[in-house]
Amino acid sequence: MATEHAPTASEYIVHHLTFLTNQKQVGLVDWSVLHLDTLFYSIGLGLLAVFFMARLAARATSGVPGRMQAAVEIVIEMVSDQAKGIVHSPKSREFVAPLALTVFVWIFLMNAMDLLPVDLLPRAGEAAGIPYMRVVPTADINATLGMSLGVLLLCLYYSVKIKGFGGWMHELFTAPFGNHPLLYPINFAMQMIEYVAKTVSHGMRLFGNMYAGELIFMLIALMGAAWAGTFGSGLLWVGGVIAGTIWAIFHILIITLQAFIFMMLTLVYVGQAHESH
Amino acid sequence: MNLNATLFAQLVVFLILAWFTMKFVWPPIMKALDERAKKIADGLSAADKAKSELALTEKKVVDELKKARESATELRAGAEKQGVALVEEARQESARIIAQARQAAEAEAGVAAQRAKEALREQVAVLAVAGAERILRKEINAQVHADLLANLKQELK
Repeated sequence: MATEHAPTASEYIVHHLTFLTNQKQVGLVDWSVLHLDTLFYSIGLGLLAVFFMARLAARATSGVPGRMQAAVEIVIEMVSDQAKGIVHSPKSREFVAPLALTVFVWIFLMNAMDLLPVDLLPRAGEAAGIPYMRVVPTADINATLGMSLGVLLLCLYYSVKIKGFGGWMHELFTAPFGNHPLLYPINFAMQMIEYVAKTVSHGMRLFGNMYAGELIFMLIALMGAAWAGTFGSGLLWVGGVIAGTIWAIFHILIITLQAFIFMMLTLVYVGQAHESH
Repeated sequence: MNLNATLFAQLVVFLILAWFTMKFVWPPIMKALDERAKKIADGLSAADKAKSELALTEKKVVDELKKARESATELRAGAEKQGVALVEEARQESARIIAQARQAAEAEAGVAAQRAKEALREQVAVLAVAGAERILRKEINAQVHADLLANLKQELK
């Protein structure tokens, strides 16, 4: 991509959709590759979120709260109420509710990276000698599937913990159709499909939304970049400003909603692991 | 759309962050929230208690006032009655004293009149005797006619 001329539209998009990796990815699945940019931004934002909240929590007063404490309390109360409504075991809630809080705040912050101008950080990175950079970790399917896989592990853990290994196995083979040897394989297949579908859709939903949002921001940026002094390109530029404004405002809703949905589904799946069919 | 080890790194980070939140974020804030809820509940119940106590005290004050007013009225009525009684008694007493004085005066006057009458009688008798003596100087012997004179004196009584 070290061309002298300005990149074409497709080059621009492809460049923006390329991760910074430790080595070149071979094939669709390559377990030796790491997306350094995704890791950097997700870990950075995650640490920022939890340390900020921990600092606030350490100074939390039961008296009149400050604005920041009140803001965090609003989020925590919201998560706590949702957790109470969905996960009925208080013992499990001790971990699941903070988990849901982490999910919500972390994903919200990662999604919010989408609102930064698409070229801002990548350009700064290029100036510093980093060739590729994607700043929205949730637009990386590895990140979202990683989290949904974490939720799956928790579901399995709570299934075994609440129902016992035997009880869980019993459920795997007898639900949803019933307890009959002929139905065992069908039930088991259904359960496996359910687990896979839950996990994949959980991760893919967030990824798809953020990826599409990011792509549209790039297309809008292309509209703005079309400025070349002519009347037509001027119209495109104005269109880019208007579209960018509208899409960014709309995206405020999307990023919050997607963070909320991911959190709710996390609670629902963990809650389902507590219930016997 | 490439799957790679980022996935597992993200999974581990996810669980670590969740653990951190559970350990250091959730409990202190929940504690603060619960404490505040308790404080508010306590404050509200204290306010309720104070309010009911105030109502009770107000009722007591009204009762006391009423009682005081009643007893004052009673006292006044008693005092008035007593005053009337005193005046009446004084009037009776004075009437009695007046009557007594009058009686005493009358008695005294009676006695004085009696005494005067006595004295007059004595003197009348003496005068009569003296007159008679003068008239009857020669014929009548005072000693002889003493009985007669005494009888006369007796009749004059």
